[in-house]
Amino acid sequence: MEPTNTSDPDYFHRVVDCQWACPAHTAVPDYIRLIAQGRFADAYMLNRESNVFPGILGRVCDRPCEPACRRGRIGVEEKPVAICRLKRVAADHRGDITARLPTAPAQKNGKRVALIGAGPASLTVANDLAPLGYQCTIFEALDKPGGLMRSNIPSFRLPAKVLDEEIGYIVDMEVDLRLGSPVRSMKALLNEGYDAVFVGSGAPKGKNLDLPGRQEAADNIHIGIQWLESVAFGHVDSIGKRVLIIGVGNTAMDCCRTSLRLGATDVKVMARKPRAFFKASDWELEDAEEENVEIVINHSPKSFVVEGGRLTGMMFEKLEYTVDDKGEITDQKAVGDVFFPADDVVLAIGQDNAFPWIERDLGIAFNKWDVPTVDKTTYESTRQGVFFGGDAAFGPANIIWAVEHGHQAAISIHRRCMGLPVTERLPRGVNLRSTKMGVHEWSYSNDFDPAARRKMQHVELTQRFEKLDVEVELGFTAEEAATEVERCLNCDIQTAFVPQLCTECDACIDICPVDCLTITPDGEPDAVAARLTVPREVPSQPLFVSSPLKLTGRIMVKDENLCLHCGLCAERCPTAAWDMQKSSIHIPYAGNEPGGHVPCQQRKAG
Amino acid sequence: MSYIRKPNITYKGRAKNALGLSESSYEGTMSTLCAGCGHDSITAAMTRAFFELSIPPNRAVKISGIGCSSKTTAYFLSQSHGNNTVHGRMPSIATGAAAANGELHYVGVSGDGDTLSIGLGQFAHVIRRNLNMLYVIENNGVYGLTKGQFSASAAFGAKTKKGEVNPNPPIDPVKMGLALGASFIARSFSGDKNHLVPLIKAGLRHKGFALIDVISPCVTFNDHEDSAMSYKYAFAHMHTAADLIENKPEITADFPEGAVVPVTMHDGSDIYLKKTDPDYDPTDRARAFEYVMRHQEKGEIVTGLLYIDESRKDMHAANQTVAAPLNTFPYEQLCPGSAALADVQKRFR
Ligand SMILES: Cc1cc2nc3c(=O)[nH]c(=O)nc-3n(C[C@H](O)[C@H](O)[C@H](O)COP(=O)(O)OP(=O)(O)OC[C@H]3O[C@@H](n4cnc5c(N)ncnc54)[C@H](O)[C@@H]3O)c2cc1C
Ligand SMILES: Cc1ncc(C[n+]2csc(CCOP(=O)(O)OP(=O)(O)O)c2C)c(N)n1
Ligand code: SF4
Ligand code: SF4
Ligand code: SF4
Ligand code: SF4
Ligand SMILES: [Mg+2]
Repeated sequence: MEPTNTSDPDYFHRVVDCQWACPAHTAVPDYIRLIAQGRFADAYMLNRESNVFPGILGRVCDRPCEPACRRGRIGVEEKPVAICRLKRVAADHRGDITARLPTAPAQKNGKRVALIGAGPASLTVANDLAPLGYQCTIFEALDKPGGLMRSNIPSFRLPAKVLDEEIGYIVDMEVDLRLGSPVRSMKALLNEGYDAVFVGSGAPKGKNLDLPGRQEAADNIHIGIQWLESVAFGHVDSIGKRVLIIGVGNTAMDCCRTSLRLGATDVKVMARKPRAFFKASDWELEDAEEENVEIVINHSPKSFVVEGGRLTGMMFEKLEYTVDDKGEITDQKAVGDVFFPADDVVLAIGQDNAFPWIERDLGIAFNKWDVPTVDKTTYESTRQGVFFGGDAAFGPANIIWAVEHGHQAAISIHRRCMGLPVTERLPRGVNLRSTKMGVHEWSYSNDFDPAARRKMQHVELTQRFEKLDVEVELGFTAEEAATEVERCLNCDIQTAFVPQLCTECDACIDICPVDCLTITPDGEPDAVAARLTVPREVPSQPLFVSSPLKLTGRIMVKDENLCLHCGLCAERCPTAAWDMQKSSIHIPYAGNEPGGHVPCQQRKAG
Repeated sequence: MSYIRKPNITYKGRAKNALGLSESSYEGTMSTLCAGCGHDSITAAMTRAFFELSIPPNRAVKISGIGCSSKTTAYFLSQSHGNNTVHGRMPSIATGAAAANGELHYVGVSGDGDTLSIGLGQFAHVIRRNLNMLYVIENNGVYGLTKGQFSASAAFGAKTKKGEVNPNPPIDPVKMGLALGASFIARSFSGDKNHLVPLIKAGLRHKGFALIDVISPCVTFNDHEDSAMSYKYAFAHMHTAADLIENKPEITADFPEGAVVPVTMHDGSDIYLKKTDPDYDPTDRARAFEYVMRHQEKGEIVTGLLYIDESRKDMHAANQTVAAPLNTFPYEQLCPGSAALADVQKRFR
């Protein structure tokens, strides 16, 4: 087999499952170790470098890192490390870090950038460009910045204070934030002579459900995202006792929990499909169910029932599904109608982009679904100098994707403004450094900790509905955090192998607690895979393959899927053919580009 | 050695045996041997063999003498019985234990010093009695535990790490076993578990004395250029007479009829030897001796199941002792009192 090229920066990066899965590639194990050492401010600053909003994301991130986390794969009962909630620990205990924040230079670079919408995407662009001397102007339609983080994510999940602080860090870099200033014409904006325009206006249109009775009952039928916005800004402060939420995504979860805080006592979330097909994250479902929200499956909305001009409930068609052994639905049939009484209905069935304010003759191309054509690497539209990011670019996603789009768009904007080609971007890099401290001593906590995932404590049910903004999650205690950090396997401490040193003694093979190592004759990939100590459980996880070993010409193969990064192979190796080496993945930002403030080589390793 | 315990992880897809146990149930305490010691690999092979045979851990007895090798009985089967005895005296203790309870699986672990130097006399007699046990010599050519002096298995003219030359010829446990009438004789290498594990399993199933001499490099004192017991030397000079396989193999062009020798074990089941050399015959003691000698003269280490005789009676059968373990008898029967003793004595007057 072809030996693995471990100098490819992506090889070791992929092994750090959480960091690889994080759209912004947050250096998770690094910050977890900093928390373990009580270095909360350092952990916060390290987070901020990649994800910009650690306090916000430590509460409400969609956390794609957690399903990817290696810890969740190693045992049948195992759950991932509470990566997200540990981020909050860093944020909660960071102390005053204002002196460590980037600042705008007194000397500007003469370039002006217009940013539309003050959501996480635009804010990230400003965060990356303001320190380089750009004059950033953000136009926001609403009276407060934050985008959906402010208008839709309820304050019982994300307190306003946390938003204010972290948005403040960016706006304070001399960013010109213009609230209550909707952009009504792109053409007019372009005429103002900005060097670049970034569209971070989100996907602001909630989907409607046009069923019989919709018009007559309009007063008691609400579109989820508009309704949440009205609640957030105090325009709506009550709802009927019996509420039906249509849809079972994350928006639905916020709608049902918000209803409970506005006086509803009987809230049902109506889902068309069985639970395995829900879009909402497991933890959001759990949190809603903890508040006694009932989730009703297999009911498809049929009509709004109106009596005497007033909504009395909804008629549903009950469905039955046939699911094959792969878990996919192969057939469905209707088995009768069911009526559910209700005083109010909230529609939470999705969002669309809408750009009525972008004239279609500006060279900004839209496809047949009226979605702009945006380059997936540069985030540039078909009009040079106009960029899109966040939900506006490819439809609704989440905050951390909006941040990553912002970082990438900032690189493009910078390169455009510097007259450099936007497609030629700095590559990622990887740096390796041994963690060996003594014969069997490593500079990280390599011993496996069998502790189970800590459960987040919540405010008592009796107290949480008193006000709209009682934050439900209490955050980890010192003890909980101390236990949870040790659950992290330190996947960035890599097993680095030097084939020339191996004497084929088998010690590493014998000691590996997950049997992920094999020494075997070289051969075709399938033949080698068939000879592994343990068959591959997750074929998408890489195999490390060494060049031929000195004594027998066989090869060392490692299935990266299960490695605990416990270092036992290196401890048992008589010749140090295995070493535990810390990999640092370098992710380039606008500031690392020519004309930026930090050249890539000088960026400190995590 | 390592400084942290090997954690017990029931990872997804981890194999279970017929008892529903995973291999970790057959592991022992943390090894304190030098990192890379061949003995640790033999420990891993033991673990694997007991696991694969689905032997309940509490039905096994581990006995050893003194030496790094003899320490290893602590590193596997922590739920089994065991006794770390006196230097070179493991066979006596094993004999006593097996006499009292013939129903358990006895595995003895010894070193070349423990067996061929101080323990040679005991070794000869346990072979002679054909005690039903597996006897593994973890052979590294030195006294590892006492810092690397030559043992009785060190090659003639071999050098210590510091350059001292061995003036004496070696004692070869395989040839001794052949000469003394052992009923199961094998040799293997710690660095080749595919070879070693099936031999350990066959040895455990053999009814009688099963000897496996395992070349097991001492990384600290005998893994250098002038050693005949180093990883490098072993890999370069292994001569495999036959591979032991458990299931009847397909007869193919590469392995025609005759290249595969079935051997019927005491319990009636067959094991198969995939011969790599037509000259080799594991059922003919004289030919086996000649075969080993001939290849040894070329500097080769002959590995494989070298001799097997399933027909020889083990100690219990030969002495017509009672089959059931002594602890299953009522006290009055085991110790019938002074009247019964007087009766016995009367017979000799
Ligand atoms: C109910 C709900 C709950 C969610 N919960 C989570 C969660 O828990 N975790 C998570 O990661 N994500 C969550 N999301 C998704 C997340 O909020 C969005 O993906 C993210 O905010 C998108 O960021 P953005 O910067 O692209 O746009 P947005 O946050 O949508 O911000 C766009 C801003 O642009 C403004 N704007 C729009 N048009 C104009 C214009 N013409 N002129 C000026 N300003 C304009 C808008 O007023 C808005 O403030 C949730 C979404 C919803 C609807
Ligand atoms: C009666 C007695 N004599 C001598 C010793 C010292 N001693 C301890 S281990 C050992 C040699 C062990 O060699 P070997 O059996 O080859 O084991 P290894 O350490 O090489 O695995 C000796 C001589 C002893 N413990 N007891
Ligand atoms: S165990 Fe730690 S480093 Fe590994 S994926 Fe999970 S959080 Fe990341
Ligand atoms: S660090 Fe080494 S011993 Fe530990 S799990 Fe990974 S490969 Fe196995
Ligand atoms: S422990 Fe070291 S020398 Fe031994 S097989 Fe593993 S890598 Fe090779
Ligand atoms: S001294 Fe030799 S035999 Fe003893 S543990 Fe170390 S390597 Fe093994
Ligand atoms: Mg020895």
